[in-house]
Amino acid sequence: MTTSLLMFVAFVLLTLGITFWASRRTQTTAEFYSAGRSITGFQNGWAVAGDYMSAASFLGIAGLIAFYGYDGFMYSVGWLVAYLTVLLLVAEPLRNTGKFTMADVLAFRLKSPKVRTVAAISTLTVSLFYMIAQMVGAGSLVSLLIPQISFNLAIVMVGALMLVYVIFGGMLATTWVQIVKAVLLMMGTILLSLLVMYRFNFSFLQFFDAVAGVTGQVCAEGAVKDGVCPGGGAPITKDFTQPGLYYHGKWGPLSLISLGIALIFGTAGLPHILVRFYTVPSAIAARTSVVWAMILIGSFYIMTTFLGFGAATLVGKANIGLMKEGKIVPNQNLAAPLLAQEVGGEIFLSFVAAIAFATILAVVAGLTIASSSAFAHDIWFSVVKRGEGHDEKEQVRVARIAAALIGVLSIGMAIALRSLNVAFLVGLAFAVAASANVPAILLTLYWRRFNTTGMVTGMLVGLISSVVLIVLSPAVMGVDPPTAASRHLIQAAAIFPLDNPAVVSVPLGFLAAILGSLLSRDPVSEAAYSELNVRANTGLGAV
Amino acid sequence: MSGPSTPPPPDVLTADAWARLESDPEFRALVAAKRRFILPATLFFVVYYFALPVLVGYFPRAMGRDVVGNVNIAYLFALSQFFMAWILMVMYVRRARAFDAQAERIASRAHAGGAR
Repeated sequence: MTTSLLMFVAFVLLTLGITFWASRRTQTTAEFYSAGRSITGFQNGWAVAGDYMSAASFLGIAGLIAFYGYDGFMYSVGWLVAYLTVLLLVAEPLRNTGKFTMADVLAFRLKSPKVRTVAAISTLTVSLFYMIAQMVGAGSLVSLLIPQISFNLAIVMVGALMLVYVIFGGMLATTWVQIVKAVLLMMGTILLSLLVMYRFNFSFLQFFDAVAGVTGQVCAEGAVKDGVCPGGGAPITKDFTQPGLYYHGKWGPLSLISLGIALIFGTAGLPHILVRFYTVPSAIAARTSVVWAMILIGSFYIMTTFLGFGAATLVGKANIGLMKEGKIVPNQNLAAPLLAQEVGGEIFLSFVAAIAFATILAVVAGLTIASSSAFAHDIWFSVVKRGEGHDEKEQVRVARIAAALIGVLSIGMAIALRSLNVAFLVGLAFAVAASANVPAILLTLYWRRFNTTGMVTGMLVGLISSVVLIVLSPAVMGVDPPTAASRHLIQAAAIFPLDNPAVVSVPLGFLAAILGSLLSRDPVSEAAYSELNVRANTGLGAV
Repeated sequence: MSGPSTPPPPDVLTADAWARLESDPEFRALVAAKRRFILPATLFFVVYYFALPVLVGYFPRAMGRDVVGNVNIAYLFALSQFFMAWILMVMYVRRARAFDAQAERIASRAHAGGAR
């Protein structure tokens, strides 16, 4: 494991060098929040990919496919198709009308401070949920891959590094950390895929023959226990190329659809992705960013086939886990690292571990900068100080303090929640983004009649309904046997049957936004639509 | 996207001037042309995408039928989503070049005349 320590140190030194270089170019607000809009479309495409592909997708998807076969691949599909929403509907008008944050676009014609406050709260909610999930993941992952580092130490290390990048290097350092991470991740994934296919003589058919040899069992209702289903009767055996090993039973299909809604609409409402489009000089460059991001993200998620199925066939489902007292405790996150060890030995395992570490750092840095801009630019300067205090130095100082506070808060929360299974927080972040942010963004850009009441009711209904439904869902509620490793937060039967609330909360968010607008009138907002419309489509007056 | 000449600060345009720009025939043509592409494209990808979870969720057995070797319809359909996204992306980028030229013309005209 010393090799992985060496690789970690190399990555940390490289990124600290980047931060030192970037810190001299980070003095103004435009430099701190948006890298002085100096990033090219091609560079930003890599950075978007680096910002987006979290450890949850690299290790999580590989694990999901390795444990449940085909159904895990459904995530991969949604994660790329989501970018069509960004490309066609959001990226360019956002770049043309906003400055630093998601709230800029929403407050463009809805001038009320309420709009900024609600938008900033939603940004902070989404980013914090996402960040805590990443940090808890980072803690268990790093301590798993390098046993010398404890869980708490790992979180403090990740938190401290992300704060150094953001506080000293701002968006410029964050961008280059994300680019370096994306390059490493793509290299690692391509290499891993080639090594897997080498074992199958580069024959896709031979590979799938092996995949079809792996099987899993499901029941119509409930989980298999000791080879029988809860209602009695034998479970159904399916091979890994067949759908239905993860999503099955009465609510399976609807869960799959709900997940799809959260994925393909939620991405266009993730604040840390949206702010990336302010780092490029124009709407055309924003479009180019999405194109490169789609090429990279698509290629990566296609390759999850080799990662996940590769682990299922070459490592074997039963061997994916950690040895404890002579027994293997299953752990999905280990599918990719163990596959790397199987096909490339210790050195390659170390490389993959270093990539996972880089992945977490790049994503949490992006989340930190998005939430600090929401706090400093939207809440502090626009609402509390009512747009006064244009002193650049003061604004940048406040943004840095905000980043520090958010960073410390997320480190503390991650340590406090360490023993809980917080995987649902990523789903929650996507669901809130899809149900609260996306209706507001789309309606403000494309509907003249939209107004402050509609935006506030829409965002609050979207936010509250997704949080409440998740709390009532099997992701949080459930009765665990006393020995289970991942305990549910609430020990009672789930009230809402789906893991992901999007199928209910997204329509609710849209409905509330539309009804709120129709029940009130705001001539100012309607008149201001002309300006927004012209600017969004022509780039006139874009900063 | 500033033109060759120094653009006037956009804030000096009055609400009326923005409204006049919005009702300009060339601007309306641009918005209409964009909508003609973006609306059908969005509908198409949403329908194509949700066909996957619907078919896989409700007809797992039919989707699990093998096409070549052990590669089945479900996997090929999922894989096709990636190519669908890339093809739509290329189509949009090609189409958008015309939008850019139109937008540039409108913007430089607005810069030259403030508001006409």
